[in-house]
Amino acid sequence: MTEGCPKHCILMCVLLISGKSKEAEIKRINKELANIRSKFKGDKALDGYSKKKYVCKLLFIFLLGHDIDFGHMEAVNLLSSNRYTEKQIGYLFISVLVNSNSELIRLINNAIKNDLASRNPTFMGLALHCIANVGSREMAEAFAGEIPKILVAGDTMDSVKQSAALCLLRLYRTSPDLVPMGDWTSRVVHLLNDQHLGVVTAATSLITTLAQKNPEEFKTSVSLAVSRLSRIVTSASTDLQDYTYYFVPAPWLSVKLLRLLQCYPPPEDPAVRGRLTECLETILNKAQEPPKSKKVQHSNAKNAVLFEAISLIIHHDSEPNLLVRACNQLGQFLQHRETNLRYLALESMCTLASSEFSHEAVKTHIETVINALKTERDVSVRQRAVDLLYAMCDRSNAQQIVAEMLNYLETADYSIREEIVLKVAILAEKYAVDYTWYVDTILNLIRIAGDYVSEEVWYRVIQIVINRDDVQGYAAKTVFEALQAPACHENLVKVGGYILGEFGNLIAGDPRSSPLIQFNLLHSKFHLCSVPTRALLLSTYIKFVNLFPEIKTTIQDVLRSDSQLKNADVELQQRAVEYLRLSTIASTDILATVLEEMPPFPERESSILAKLKKKKGPGTVTDLEEIKKERSSDMNGSAEPASVNSTPSPSADLLGLGAAPLTNSAPPPSSSGSLLVDVFSDSASAVAPLAPGSDDNFNNLSVKTEKKPHAITFSFVPAYSMFVCKNNGVLFENQLLQIGLKSEFRQNLGRMFIFYGNKTSTQFLNFTPTVICSDDLFLNHFLCLNLQTKPVDPTVDGGAQVQQVVNIECVSDFMEAPILNIQFRYGGTFQNLSVKLPITLNKFFQPTEMSSQDFFQRWKQLSNPKQEVQNIFKAKHPMDAEITKAKIIGFGSALLEEVDPNPANFVGAGIIHTKTTQIGCLLRLEPNLQAQMYRLTLRTSKEAVSQRLCELLSEQF
Amino acid sequence: MQFMLLFSRQGKLRLQKWYVPLSDKEKKKITRELVQTVLARKPKMCSFLEWRDLKIVYKRYASLYFCCAIEDQDNELITLEIIHRYVELLDKYFGSVCELDIIFNFEKAYFILDEFLLGGEVQETSKKNVLKAIEQADLLQEVILRSVLRSLNV
Repeated sequence: MTEGCPKHCILMCVLLISGKSKEAEIKRINKELANIRSKFKGDKALDGYSKKKYVCKLLFIFLLGHDIDFGHMEAVNLLSSNRYTEKQIGYLFISVLVNSNSELIRLINNAIKNDLASRNPTFMGLALHCIANVGSREMAEAFAGEIPKILVAGDTMDSVKQSAALCLLRLYRTSPDLVPMGDWTSRVVHLLNDQHLGVVTAATSLITTLAQKNPEEFKTSVSLAVSRLSRIVTSASTDLQDYTYYFVPAPWLSVKLLRLLQCYPPPEDPAVRGRLTECLETILNKAQEPPKSKKVQHSNAKNAVLFEAISLIIHHDSEPNLLVRACNQLGQFLQHRETNLRYLALESMCTLASSEFSHEAVKTHIETVINALKTERDVSVRQRAVDLLYAMCDRSNAQQIVAEMLNYLETADYSIREEIVLKVAILAEKYAVDYTWYVDTILNLIRIAGDYVSEEVWYRVIQIVINRDDVQGYAAKTVFEALQAPACHENLVKVGGYILGEFGNLIAGDPRSSPLIQFNLLHSKFHLCSVPTRALLLSTYIKFVNLFPEIKTTIQDVLRSDSQLKNADVELQQRAVEYLRLSTIASTDILATVLEEMPPFPERESSILAKLKKKKGPGTVTDLEEIKKERSSDMNGSAEPASVNSTPSPSADLLGLGAAPLTNSAPPPSSSGSLLVDVFSDSASAVAPLAPGSDDNFNNLSVKTEKKPHAITFSFVPAYSMFVCKNNGVLFENQLLQIGLKSEFRQNLGRMFIFYGNKTSTQFLNFTPTVICSDDLFLNHFLCLNLQTKPVDPTVDGGAQVQQVVNIECVSDFMEAPILNIQFRYGGTFQNLSVKLPITLNKFFQPTEMSSQDFFQRWKQLSNPKQEVQNIFKAKHPMDAEITKAKIIGFGSALLEEVDPNPANFVGAGIIHTKTTQIGCLLRLEPNLQAQMYRLTLRTSKEAVSQRLCELLSEQF
Repeated sequence: MQFMLLFSRQGKLRLQKWYVPLSDKEKKKITRELVQTVLARKPKMCSFLEWRDLKIVYKRYASLYFCCAIEDQDNELITLEIIHRYVELLDKYFGSVCELDIIFNFEKAYFILDEFLLGGEVQETSKKNVLKAIEQADLLQEVILRSVLRSLNV
């Protein structure tokens, strides 16, 4: 059966495999490549067989991991061969070595077109496989319209239907905008009823993907999927013949159908719902039956269906009975001898734990899970156990779970320590009834895994201690004791320094922790610490001067020593100098005021949670309420107005994006997870007196606490409308992504630079921005706006910015703006958002200067009622003449001075350039200050243009 | 499914199938990283692991590792059986498949995979139907060959 691969090729394979060294292999390959190149370039035309032979060799060499940069044309030639094997090798080469040369793509597409039209099912299959394998945008452009027809045509062979369905799926994934919805969709849904199970299998994948984006359109698939599923699960194990896999009827199709049903809520129709419940019960029942085969394939296939059924039960989250049964089933798997099943059971239970119906049932397995943490030999399984413990934690078992996690932390793999630290910190805070327990837990964390305790964790413990006076004395005592250890982690020194600086006085009464002992203890660690910690300790010392006047001279001696005053580090030196000066000149009253205890921090969501979410991706670490919150915000995701920092100019923001994406942007109003550190660094909102570790410089000491309102205000004007009168700025921003724009327009052409900034520290994967022209942008099937974009790199590194250029041509006047759709994967989740791209008709304005006489002459010429559009509206912004002028100029028309007899009015004139026509426009804006109203009149030669410009401009005042 | 890789115990890549657009550089990087990760795992360990934001499902058959990357919501166990079914198909076609078969007849391995999985989704699970498609193609090839031979009067 080896005739597909020419004999030479086999020979070469053998040579390559027996090759002694890498060098010998490379030498051999280079020789062969040179040979092939010369054959291709030779005068003698190669016959099909030789061409195939050499193309096959090239493929082989490529698959060995070497780069191939020729042979594409020969492969393309093979496509038009009538010999099956030649065609087949040609297609394989093209699928594996995709090339973006446009001439080649044209030829390839031609060959594919011919094969699709050939009515030969084998050739059609090859062509469809090629489209599905390459799946490029060019292919989508060429074939997305054709394939649905093949898919639903009555006379298409089953195997071709299968390929067509999955081919279309691939194109839809890469270019959803190019796959037109239409009549075919309802016929595709009915493929769920097809007699051929292979067709149903392929179609179900397609329908699932389409239904995720267009649930309404594919709603009818629910009842069809339920009845299909029902027929499968109730069939005898041999009914489905070759679709039965190790005694399991159609496992792949069952999984796919269950997955499709997860795109929808529980069915509304009680009959359908009842039938589905029956199916799910049958699947759960079957899990209890004795296995029909001892083969692992049997149990895997059976359990694959079971796990998918459980996912559906969890997704519906509405049948307490099923949820509890699912939980019990998973409980059995927790102790199964198959590692794979234990892993999956732990994973599934995590999601069950977040359902109110099954949370309690999950909790009963706590001992098993803790045991898994101790005994599992595979770190990935232990990781799942940690996740599950975290998910099942509540007030009743928090102490036990936290203790077990701390226990495990001592021996945990380095790769998962940081995550466990975050989880412990969150649980300890969330379920702390008694804050002494919380303080103990965090100090334990630092003791056991100090290196993995991030700043967020120790900032948080300080926030909490400062905000709760019942725990301050205990905290001071505990850190003091912990610091006694001969070797303690630097993070402990930080926490200790901060807490003793604030609350050391609470334990100073005890002779074992007198002021001097406290100071000596801290100072004994000083020299071992890094610069930031030393800086923090210096601040603690000056706080001690205020708390304990009796050791003032000791501290002054330390500050005065050469190692401080002449420290090479500027920050340390400055602190020493300034603190020393402060301690000598300030009276006790002033000292007491300046160095007063920190005021409570505003209550805020734990920044640790945000960090964990960032680490794991949202969804995996959330609890019940948060999931609900996230669900709703997910749905609003696309409609969310961009909140834009209105104080600094947004274009400055744009430039700063690359450098410091997080600090430069205003947090969205409902921002969660701001860090303690931003309290420190944001001087406008930091109302603290001297904070150890603060970056405030000395001058700030005298300006004590002046409570200013938060300086950053949010403008809720959709960013889109802001761009009507300007070309640069921030279009969209959320916690993950910032989109900035710079654009320029000339006559009917324009160019827009879109900047995508990743605000997180994690990579975005599969990052695909797509510009979509909605149907409204078509006039008699002609696109009014011609946009060309280049694809961007699909990965965007954390903190990085990528740029995309859009070339714009205005063909004729238009109303709607194109939509920018962005999809990417962040953490474990798929992100999808759409914003309007601010390409508005007025961008194609050219200003026209004219005299008063000219203006009114033209004004009169455009007196047809259809040419005039007028709008009277209330001012939304202060009525400032200078701003108004700037806006009219920004809008694009000329601002004509001394034209209107009333100097308070504004008039403008310009020409809208489109490829097909030019449209002259005149405008007049009459403000009425008393009424706070405007009257805007537009006169152009085209009604739609008058209408659109009037709308756009009215929004601006 | 986002991609499937076949590699030997020595870490040599034998087959690669990508269902998402990635640059060659990225593909090489992923391959290197995954081959390393999977080869480092011990025999009794679980067949699934989290990797970047994907789930990796792998299984070893004799000297070959079969490794699939699936997305968060995809089913691990059924993916394990996708691997097994593919092995069965190769086995049936080649008659007790070994690594050399896949090296020598790499194009057949690709063709069989294309009949079984397309665009990262299962297209046809029936062993008979998949092999029928491949055998038909082989037959077609023979018929053509014979007619060529006849025309040459050999």
